[in-house]
Amino acid sequence: MLIYFCKRLGLAVLVTIAVSMISFMMIRVSGDPAIALAGEAATSEEIEFVREQYGFDRPLIVQYLEWASRAIRGDLGESPYMNLPVTEMIGNRIGVTMTLGICALSFAVLLSVPLGVLAAIRPNTWIDRLALTISVIGQAMPSFWFGLIMIIVLGVKFRLLPISGAETPAHFIMPTIALGYYATPAIMRLVRSGMLEVLASDHIRTAKAKGLRWGKILYKHALRNAIIPVVAVLAVQLGFMLGGSIVIETVFALHGIGHLAWVSIGRSDLPVVQAIVLLLSIIYVVLTFLSDMLNAFLDPRIRVK
Amino acid sequence: MKHLLEVKHLFVDLPLPAGMLHAVRDVSFHLDMGETLSLVGESGCGKSITALALMNILPPKAIRRAEILRFEDTDLLRLPDEQMAQLRGAKMAMIFQEPMTSLDPCYTIGNQLEEAILEHKGISRHQARERAVYLLDKVGITGADSRLKQYPHQLSGGLRQRIMIAMGLMCGPSVIIADEPTTALDVTIQAQILELLASLQREFNMGMILITHDLGVVARVADRLAIMYCGQVVETGYTADVFANPLHPYTRGLLDCIPVPGKTKPGDKLGSIAGIVPTPIGDLFGCSFRNRCPQAGADCVQNVDLLELSPGRAFRCLDRPEGLEVSS
Repeated sequence: MLIYFCKRLGLAVLVTIAVSMISFMMIRVSGDPAIALAGEAATSEEIEFVREQYGFDRPLIVQYLEWASRAIRGDLGESPYMNLPVTEMIGNRIGVTMTLGICALSFAVLLSVPLGVLAAIRPNTWIDRLALTISVIGQAMPSFWFGLIMIIVLGVKFRLLPISGAETPAHFIMPTIALGYYATPAIMRLVRSGMLEVLASDHIRTAKAKGLRWGKILYKHALRNAIIPVVAVLAVQLGFMLGGSIVIETVFALHGIGHLAWVSIGRSDLPVVQAIVLLLSIIYVVLTFLSDMLNAFLDPRIRVK
Repeated sequence: MKHLLEVKHLFVDLPLPAGMLHAVRDVSFHLDMGETLSLVGESGCGKSITALALMNILPPKAIRRAEILRFEDTDLLRLPDEQMAQLRGAKMAMIFQEPMTSLDPCYTIGNQLEEAILEHKGISRHQARERAVYLLDKVGITGADSRLKQYPHQLSGGLRQRIMIAMGLMCGPSVIIADEPTTALDVTIQAQILELLASLQREFNMGMILITHDLGVVARVADRLAIMYCGQVVETGYTADVFANPLHPYTRGLLDCIPVPGKTKPGDKLGSIAGIVPTPIGDLFGCSFRNRCPQAGADCVQNVDLLELSPGRAFRCLDRPEGLEVSS
């Protein structure tokens, strides 16, 4: 187990380093940052001034190492637009995004796991069809569009829920549903197919022959085995959600880091964009690491050699 | 005398897209305490389905009907599912043919051994653990304390099958059904597992139903046997009697497939039965074996009833050996 832990941890660190390089590079190659910063009306002297001021004239590797060594110490630079430290800007907004992410993931899990299990134990019945319908709609419908429909129906027409901002828990309901529903189909279908496969397996027959109660067979022996691949996919789904939260936060005017990313991309606020890309990547890497650990806990074949 | 287990006219049908599969057709047998009955037949002859029907763990769509299905004083046909679950694992246990996949990979051996007894009998975890250690010792597994903490993937097939046997015995069942318990194991382990099952069956005075396609196995451990073909019992009797004096052409065909020490010479070809088993789908009539039978005649398209010669000795064939006395 310790060896597995160390291996995964080492891998996570390597991935983080690689991702930080890629995110750094991508922003440099997507256009001349000096021109972007100086603005469209700037003269070539002004652009040169910005280039020297921000150190864009130095070799890329030097720029990267300098940025990385400051990032490790928690200094992600300053936003040239807001004249605020990037860490402070992100710190103010991360709470909203984390709340949305956790709510959306919980919503997705609480909807998809029970539905997937029900669909598997009652295949080809109305509940299975319902689950399939929910899954197909979720797959086909873009989350921003679903968000807008909810705003029109629940917010404007029936005035049940607030449509923008993050002041009360009620503000999070629609964004949670829009973002969580997006991740539901993949999880639900994986739970359903996993449960069907496990329920047909020999050890479930053994459990039946032992005379265990049906509920116990389902929960202890079937779900436990079926959930193992789901945990791995959850991390991936959460990654999609982080990307999706940029859209959803914009639709619902939730001022989280997704919204900040969107605004910063629009005004070429490089240090902020770079920091957000790095942060989201690290969150993703950490979640993958956690899901690996959770899987090792659930599956003794990983844990015990 | 009242039998421990009595099955009369058992039918199991499985609806398939291709039509109704008549997996078990009119199977009757009984089992007494301390006795081993072997159900013998090729793959797909209905022997495993018969066992699943006894335990009431058939696939969801299967249809089971019978005239009598009785265990001790309990009518299994009219037993509610919850009470049937109480019997399963407690008084009737079953061992399966795939030890590699019949254990849940997520739980320790100890956990899986103990869960049935914790479910059925109100005993403490400590008592359950003691019973598990005792039975692991009985099935020949040393170092029980450390084994109980291991997971299935850490054990070999032979060990896993021993654990399956111990698991079956946890609640002290009076009937144990072993469905091809040695098929997935290599030959040296097969013999050990078989000896083990037979000795435990004697020691605990259980009735055992041993399902197998291996007549060598039958000869060693079974008191009585029932040969099954295409969902029907075609011959039944005491093991020695059936081996010495097989009455059904199928039984004779099976016995011809076994080399006999002293009689089969090097270079001799072993017997085989030509043709394949028909799939019992749709409307069936006549003797199921007629398309493979060397003695088949025009009459064989009639349905053939099981003909009882003496108590416990019966066969299903129109061709009756000469001088055969049929008791009325």
